[in-house]
Amino acid sequence: MTNSWTDIKNTDLVIVMGGNAAEAHPCGFKWVTEAKAHRAAKLIVVDPRFTRTAAVSDYYAPIRPGTDIAWLMGMIRWMIENDKVHWEYVRNFTNAAFIVKDEFGWQDGLFTGYDPATRDYDRSSWDYVIGEDGFAETDPTLENPRCVWQLLKAHVDVYTPEMVERITGTPADQFLHIAEMIGETSAPDKTMTSMYALGWTQHTKGSQNIRGMAMLQLILGNIGVMGGGMNALRGHSNIQGLTDMGLMSNLLTGYLSMPTEAETDYATYMSTREFKPLRPNQTSYWQNYSKFMVSFMKAMWGDAAQAENDWAYHYLPKLDVPNYDVLRMFELMNQGQVNLYFCQGFNPLMAFPNRAKLTSALSKLKLLVTIDPLETETARFWENHGEYNDVDPASIQTEVLQLPSTCFAEDEGSLTNSGRWLQWHWPGVSPPGDAKLDTWIMSQIFLRVRELYRQEGGSFPDPILNLSWEYEDENDPTPQELAMEINGRALSAVSDPNNPGATLLEAGQQVKNFTELKDDGSTMCGCWIYSGCWNVDGNNMARRDNSDPSGLGVYQNWTWSWPVNRRILYNRASCDLEGRPYDADRMLIEWDGERWVGNDVPDIGVTSRPEEVGPFIMNPEGTSRLFARGMMRDGPFPTHMEPFESPMANVFNAEMRGNPVARVFESDVADLGTSEEFPYVGTSYRLTEHFHFWTKHNKVNAALQPQFFVEISEELAAEKGITKGGWVRVWNKRASIRAVAVVTKRIKPLICDGKPVHVVGVPLHWGFTGVAKKGYGPNSLTVFIGDANIETPESKAFLVNIEPAEEPVA
Amino acid sequence: MSTPAPAPTTAVSNPSVDPLTPNLSDAAIMRASATPNLPEPTQQMEKVAKLIDISKCIGCKACQSACAEWNETSPEIGICDGTYTNPPDLSSEMYTLMKFSEWENPDSGNLEWLIRKDGCMHCEDPGCLKACPAPGAIVQYTNGIVDFVSDKCIGCGYCISGCPFDIPRMSPTRNVVSKCTLCSDRVAVGQGPACAKACPTQAIVFGTKDDMMAHAETRVDDLKSRGYDRAGIYDPQGVGGTHVFYVLQHADKPELYSDLPADPKISEVVEGWKGPAKAVGLAAIGLAAVGTVLHSIFGKPNTVSAEDQSEAEELVDAELGAEGQQREEV
Amino acid sequence: MAEREYSESTDRIVATEPVEIRRYATHTRINHWFTAILIVLLILSGFALFHPSLFFLTALFGGGQAARFIHPIFGVVACISFLLLFLQLWKLNLMRREDITWARNINEMLAGNEEKLPELGKYNFGQKVVFWGMFWLLLAMVVSGVMIWQQFFPSLVSIEVRRWAVAIHALSAVLSVLIIIVHVYASLWTRGTLRAMVGGRVSGGWAWKHHRKWLREVARRQDTPPAE
Ligand SMILES: Nc1nc2c(c(=O)[nH]1)N[C@H]1C(S)=C(S)[C@@H](COP(=O)(O)OP(=O)(O)OC[C@H]3O[C@@H](n4cnc5c(=O)[nH]c(N)nc54)[C@H](O)[C@@H]3O)O[C@H]1N2
Ligand SMILES: Nc1nc2c(c(=O)[nH]1)N[C@H]1C(S)=C(S)[C@@H](COP(=O)(O)OP(=O)(O)OC[C@H]3O[C@@H](n4cnc5c(=O)[nH]c(N)nc54)[C@H](O)[C@@H]3O)O[C@H]1N2
Ligand code: HEM
Ligand code: HEM
Ligand code: SF4
Ligand code: SF4
Ligand code: SF4
Ligand code: SF4
Ligand code: SF4
Ligand SMILES: [Mo]
Repeated sequence: MTNSWTDIKNTDLVIVMGGNAAEAHPCGFKWVTEAKAHRAAKLIVVDPRFTRTAAVSDYYAPIRPGTDIAWLMGMIRWMIENDKVHWEYVRNFTNAAFIVKDEFGWQDGLFTGYDPATRDYDRSSWDYVIGEDGFAETDPTLENPRCVWQLLKAHVDVYTPEMVERITGTPADQFLHIAEMIGETSAPDKTMTSMYALGWTQHTKGSQNIRGMAMLQLILGNIGVMGGGMNALRGHSNIQGLTDMGLMSNLLTGYLSMPTEAETDYATYMSTREFKPLRPNQTSYWQNYSKFMVSFMKAMWGDAAQAENDWAYHYLPKLDVPNYDVLRMFELMNQGQVNLYFCQGFNPLMAFPNRAKLTSALSKLKLLVTIDPLETETARFWENHGEYNDVDPASIQTEVLQLPSTCFAEDEGSLTNSGRWLQWHWPGVSPPGDAKLDTWIMSQIFLRVRELYRQEGGSFPDPILNLSWEYEDENDPTPQELAMEINGRALSAVSDPNNPGATLLEAGQQVKNFTELKDDGSTMCGCWIYSGCWNVDGNNMARRDNSDPSGLGVYQNWTWSWPVNRRILYNRASCDLEGRPYDADRMLIEWDGERWVGNDVPDIGVTSRPEEVGPFIMNPEGTSRLFARGMMRDGPFPTHMEPFESPMANVFNAEMRGNPVARVFESDVADLGTSEEFPYVGTSYRLTEHFHFWTKHNKVNAALQPQFFVEISEELAAEKGITKGGWVRVWNKRASIRAVAVVTKRIKPLICDGKPVHVVGVPLHWGFTGVAKKGYGPNSLTVFIGDANIETPESKAFLVNIEPAEEPVA
Repeated sequence: MSTPAPAPTTAVSNPSVDPLTPNLSDAAIMRASATPNLPEPTQQMEKVAKLIDISKCIGCKACQSACAEWNETSPEIGICDGTYTNPPDLSSEMYTLMKFSEWENPDSGNLEWLIRKDGCMHCEDPGCLKACPAPGAIVQYTNGIVDFVSDKCIGCGYCISGCPFDIPRMSPTRNVVSKCTLCSDRVAVGQGPACAKACPTQAIVFGTKDDMMAHAETRVDDLKSRGYDRAGIYDPQGVGGTHVFYVLQHADKPELYSDLPADPKISEVVEGWKGPAKAVGLAAIGLAAVGTVLHSIFGKPNTVSAEDQSEAEELVDAELGAEGQQREEV
Repeated sequence: MAEREYSESTDRIVATEPVEIRRYATHTRINHWFTAILIVLLILSGFALFHPSLFFLTALFGGGQAARFIHPIFGVVACISFLLLFLQLWKLNLMRREDITWARNINEMLAGNEEKLPELGKYNFGQKVVFWGMFWLLLAMVVSGVMIWQQFFPSLVSIEVRRWAVAIHALSAVLSVLIIIVHVYASLWTRGTLRAMVGGRVSGGWAWKHHRKWLREVARRQDTPPAE
């Protein structure tokens, strides 16, 4: 989220598209109800199904799964055509004025540089023209036909309301009605918030869906302002913390990136990280990269990380592929290349696509270790459960170790919510039985492995032997110790740059925040963006002061938000070039002539002059980007791409299947079906009554939604002779499953390209363990292909067939 | 633009956690079942109410789970019957239930998913209490809460027929009825109902009836500003108003909301059965009994005289004697 | 042998000096008293719920829950028992022309001028009313009773029907109590009646006075004098 949950109450218009906020984020959705009740805000929902969010909306429109880009580009086109643009914002705070290289272009659904053989783009033409002075060229009048604005105008031109209707199935009149509502928020004192989640991410062009809305929001001037923003409704209570802490194969903490094989030494690594400003006077905060990186390495390896050994850079693994994402790991596993797999708080058999493939892959492991408070399906993948897990245990040789762990209610620590708030929590109950804290389990594994390295050596024991492990009880690091390590501290005395001679920090003292980090080895910090969470003031995450002097839901003293307790990112964009708030009633910060002051921590140097320094200090442009340059693998603008399994061909290029640069493993190609055989669009989602695959273990949740079902329209039911509450079989090339049918008016056939498209909704929450009725979930049926940029599987659009069926016995 | 609604006095703001002595004592009972001569309650309280704003409800069932958790009931794990309403009905283990109905509004052409939280309405004039034969098994406190007292419940199920909203449910194992208590145990110590506390959108709010009514009116204004011309408050007067009441988008058609009765009142049959008829019946019996006693004292008994006896003897002799002898002769 | 029109086959003159007639066989008497006791229990347990002032009666059965539980069970047993009685007695309780005349002139009987009334068979109009009244009321009560039998038939009928059922049940109960009062009083007021159900015999005079046709027929039917 650029903003915070509580800030949503400040909005004028909410669009929930690509998510189902009321069902998946009911507590956060409270702030939508607040905005509606107290600001007369309106709510728009765009979803293939009429959801429980739609039930309380002011306007709902349906959309075919996987077509949001066409919809959003159509929306941008309408804004431009109808002059619903926040011009001052676009001119100054986006890269609209930047001149793009002549070679860049788009044709037949593809951008310049596509190579079908490698399924990749050569992205060199997707960039600015750099002038003699080393800065990017711009045209503030936005008239240059090669400026981003003109290119964008040309790019969205095909997405007329008729084209939008043809691709997405959203009737043009409904689309236009929504356009009018959204258009109003281009006024400087009106704003819209975008709330989205998996309806956008779980597509092979998921990142581009989100860019589409971000661009629309920028054009409307709705980023960096109260009640605006791009608000990703994150999933698990600490999934924001997961990405922040770099729990991805290509990330270190705080979005520092994992080195690649080509980056053989620290200097090479750093050469592409510290961006120089692309416009005069800009900040480009990533110039501080080395401070964060060195402090991180010091946190990892302490004294073993020294300038002489490149701060132990060589201890870091180097990626030989862009990413060891889950799909790749299971592909490798299925090829027999993985011996041992740790599943900690993860139930891939239920959560990842193509269950048959996952079962086959797990069967090829030598050892599977699960660390989980519950009996997961993954841990029991070898057990026969009739048609719900039809395996032959005798043929599976994988050894499975189940290590019982605690869950959030039994341990202490912080959870980072979608709004980037780190909220400390305390255990509510003691762990049952043999359950142990995850930190304890991991420490045991580490200490034993280290001991083995000590005794037996190995090809490269140094990173393990030298790992800094400075906890009072090395068997059981406490959350406090870990949090303080993450915050960072001085390793030796640090002198004050502003006051020569004075010491800023004594050795051992906690740093105030990341502005005090150094790249000379005198500081350490586990995760720079979290620096400040536990500093000299103590545990800021445990703060529970809910005073809100502005009345605007800022809650500065409630827990702690990264970065540096800032509640709304890019908040400098809420003010005009003179530093005056666009909306005085929703003042975030303002320029008092000398410095930035106000209700939030300014997202800009406090003394940086408004007319000089742009609001987007993490970008070397100082602006936001309507044109993404080469940052995205699949294009600098979002362009319509069909899902890999789609009921219709891409209207721009019938040959193109899915996202042209998405990774497809050879072995999955044969499993893809066509609409001739499988005419209906499957989509998957969660229900408010359950949390993934845990709550089916809980009796109350199980009573509230006891049994697996699929949802279909009354029209499809009539066509197929399916009755409400009757049984159906749903199948495609990957699986055949049975479910109870929920026949509803809430799903309606859509007309796309002149033909009706029926959607089959498949909720997520059933499996073969727990107290609820046994069932499947969607992932027996889903496609094993992920987003081109971040490999999130395409769980929201796949093809199926459906027919009435008998109720399974037992 | 509608006028912004003031923040209601609700259960959401954290009430005091200091221990309090429960304030719903016997002195606060204003009505009790089968207790005609209940003493005037000495403890008068302000009327409370729980407002359910259907237009804010997202059907998340947090209220349902909070209710089950707080009351420590264990609703059955059933099956999916093709709808989102689960369990399919209120039960002695599920005091409140989200009922889902899909309606295509013929005026706007829009689909509306009307989700109503069903449960006891805490009627000002409770039919359940009227019907109950067991003294004190159903009580109504001066703050309006209608509560079942299991210890005194005999399990006859009369309250089920008495209730115009089809609320009480008999436990098949314990043979006592149960229903929403309006969390009388929580309210007694200054907390709001568990369901209101759990409701993420404040579709459920709790406070004094006056406050809730004022809040409901602002909600109706908001709905009218959004084009729901018939939005209104459902506080049926047929049962004297209720202490659980609704804001409806379509107050003119309550039956759209999973058959919410348009004009609920205690059934005339129940009124008749429980009303003066009982006294008349008892009086009739009493009169008959007294009549017989008086008659037996003052009237003279119907006795058999000696004449009657000899007449009988004659007859018997005539018939029996003659015939018998004849027979022997044959 | 003469046809039986006014008497049971078991009715016999069992003594001649003085005349005594057997009116009820042992099994009939057991049947009657079993029914009567159950119905008294039904009244006690039912009326405990009928009015708060009678709720104390539940104590007789071990409390409210127990009274509520046992009442319908008594009810079913009582009905079966009554049914047996009914099968034995229904024929002679069919209304006849003379019953109408008798009923029209009922005040003559109350005034003690029974001779002015027509001669009767085994039962008079009042007894027949008790008989048929109890029959219909018990039928109504068993049907309505099952409908409101929460524990075993919780969803047999709709709530609306159930409301009617409980009202009808209560009304029937009141009526049946009125009838029973009349019945009991009649059997006490008419001296010599009680022994019909206790010992099974009535005196000849009683029979002559109240049920002369019956007496005539019993006497006519009999081949042998009672063994004395
Ligand atoms: N109750 C509950 N809450 C949860 C979770 C849970 O399991 N249960 N899980 C948590 C987690 S981990 C996550 S990631 C979040 C996810 O939160 P959400 O993304 O909000 O949840 P989903 O139900 O997966 O999908 C949202 C909606 O996307 C719609 N949709 C599908 N395809 C498309 C499309 O192409 N375009 C558009 N516009 N919409 C589409 C679906 O119909 C669905 O209504 O929820 C979190 N919250
Ligand atoms: N088709 C389809 N597939 C999907 C989705 C979809 O929308 N459609 N959604 C996807 C999304 S967004 C997600 S996030 C995944 C979810 O997939 P998973 O994360 O695999 O699913 P969970 O059930 O949340 O599994 C987490 C496990 O963590 C355990 N756990 C809880 N607390 C702790 C703890 O403190 N320590 C440890 N060690 N374990 C703990 C739980 O018991 C549970 O078994 O599913 C994905 N799969
Ligand atoms: C002479 C026979 C009966 C009498 C006098 C009688 C009387 C009553 C009375 C007075 C009530 C209370 C009504 C009220 O509160 O308004 C009652 C309730 C009831 N009666 Fe009967 N009843 C008789 C037979 C039966 C029979 C045959 C049945 C059943 C099969 C039955 C089942 C019930 C039931 C179920 C109730 C509700 C209370 C309970 O469950 O115990 N009754 N009865
Ligand atoms: C509790 C006190 C009762 C007493 C003292 C009593 C007494 C008697 C007596 C003396 C008779 C014989 C009358 C005759 O043959 O002329 C009789 C007959 C009869 N009694 Fe009862 N009775 C009682 C209760 C009941 C009850 C509760 C019922 C009903 C359900 C009942 C049903 C009958 C019937 C059916 C007859 C046969 C006469 C007829 O068919 O009209 N009695 N009773
Ligand atoms: S997990 Fe439950 S309580 Fe927590 S935010 Fe989600 S819905 Fe609310
Ligand atoms: S079931 Fe219990 S509460 Fe209901 S009427 Fe009977 S005694 Fe009263
Ligand atoms: S709704 Fe029914 S159970 Fe609740 S108080 Fe009213 S009559 Fe009684
Ligand atoms: S008020 Fe209490 S008892 Fe009633 S529904 Fe809410 S939580 Fe359940
Ligand atoms: S908790 Fe609130 S929003 Fe959720 S279902 Fe209940 S009333 Fe509706
Ligand atoms: Mo997620």
